[in-house]
Amino acid sequence: MRLELPHSEIEAVYKEMILELFRHPLNKKIPKRYDVKRRGLNPSCGDEIEVMIAWEEGKLSDIGHQGQGCAISQAAASLITDYVKGKTATEILSITNTDMINMLGIPVSYTRIKCALLCLSTIQDALT
Amino acid sequence: MTGTAAKQHFALFARHPHLAYLDNAASTQTPQAVVGAMASYYTGYRANIHRGVYELSALATGRYENARGALARFINASADEIIFTSGTTAGLNWLALRLTQKFTSRDNVVLTRLEHHANLVPWQQAAKERGFSLRFVELTPGYEIDLASARTLIDENTKVVGFALVSNTLGTISPARELIALAHERGALTIVDAAQAAAHLPLDVRDLEADFVAFSGHKMYGPTGSGVLFGRREHLRRLEPLFYGGEMVSHVTYETAEWAGIPERFEAGTPAIAEAIGLGAAAEFITGLDLAAIRAHETRLTEYALEKVGKEVKIIGPADISRRTGVVSFVIKGAHPHDIADILDKHGVAVRAGHHCTMPLMRYLGLTGATRASLGVYSTAEDIDRLVEGVRYAKKVLCA
Repeated sequence: MRLELPHSEIEAVYKEMILELFRHPLNKKIPKRYDVKRRGLNPSCGDEIEVMIAWEEGKLSDIGHQGQGCAISQAAASLITDYVKGKTATEILSITNTDMINMLGIPVSYTRIKCALLCLSTIQDALT
Repeated sequence: MTGTAAKQHFALFARHPHLAYLDNAASTQTPQAVVGAMASYYTGYRANIHRGVYELSALATGRYENARGALARFINASADEIIFTSGTTAGLNWLALRLTQKFTSRDNVVLTRLEHHANLVPWQQAAKERGFSLRFVELTPGYEIDLASARTLIDENTKVVGFALVSNTLGTISPARELIALAHERGALTIVDAAQAAAHLPLDVRDLEADFVAFSGHKMYGPTGSGVLFGRREHLRRLEPLFYGGEMVSHVTYETAEWAGIPERFEAGTPAIAEAIGLGAAAEFITGLDLAAIRAHETRLTEYALEKVGKEVKIIGPADISRRTGVVSFVIKGAHPHDIADILDKHGVAVRAGHHCTMPLMRYLGLTGATRASLGVYSTAEDIDRLVEGVRYAKKVLCA
């Protein structure tokens, strides 16, 4: 039973790195200047995210995100917004869901996959 | 027989003895009596109903109609006023489509701010198509239906007043009698979404004087894919069926068709026979346990939960125990409902997180979501204790 293996499973997901990014998310800002803005919605929990992207010479020069979300979605948004900086649209569109989950480095259950992928899919959506 | 004693009726709890199942507003567990009733159809007398002249078919038809009788007794209706549906959603969609056919831009339908999407979206779509307007009765700061608001909104152009008897998000019990009286004074029809009430409060449609009442099997210890739409006989007699096909007709030519009587004309095609029989068994199961005793048990536990959990979180719902059921939603500042529910799950506590199919209500309350613990007949104080312990741990992890 779950209760008998007390906090190990919880600690596997809510690692200090994830919680740190949840409390202090990276790139949670509105860039001074941006070219594209896109809203993404996670219909299973009602969470909304908004990403703003600035381009310079064919590469993503700045990115910011806004909105509320759970620890997994906020950590994922932090990691992916850092990862896409300096990349071309083609490079960003080739990032896979597996890449995103690997970046988080935690077991993501079926019900939480949407939280993990919301920011990535919103960024990719903004590029198409 | 409630709490731990009631758990014995449910095989699931033998397999998961440490599970604190607190998601009964989403779906209740199924007792052996219901599983057995459905199994006996499949293994003992399976045949289509209302068709065969052979014994098995007659037996199946008899059990199906007995189930209708059981549901009629359950809500104090007549058997011909009970339509078997696939659930509350199906019943409400049918009403929104059929009742509004002749509505014009002068007409309005009054709902409340706390409706589940199932009692909102069908009306919204019908309103777009037919041009009538939708009005929403406001809530008081204490999460209750504001009757003063209802009085101003329900007018001579109101054709339908629809509301949840119990809110699936707040646990609020609506002032049904007052709303129905207001509607009837103005000549409007009343529709009661009783999905969250059926397993928790005694329901008497005659006493309530409701015109239509919809509820689901799977939220009252019955099977998924089953439900009931009650309609007063005089209304059902003049309503068009939604589906056409076998069993709902009395006479058919290549050009025309005449409808069978009620309720058959509303049950085209082969229905979910095993599920209807299971739902009948569920109604008898609840009656056997006694709804007044269930209500008393759940009220005691809700009081306990509000006191214990309330120390740790902000409760989103009425404080007055007599005006609410065991649907206990809460928020924790700085912690997301999904994370709370995830951590609770790993503590062996099953709760729901998110908007609970009431997105507009969440926005109305200024929330993005909430975590919801909801009680059933088998819930115990230990379940609540485990919830509290899990909430404390979630706070430690998320709000450190």
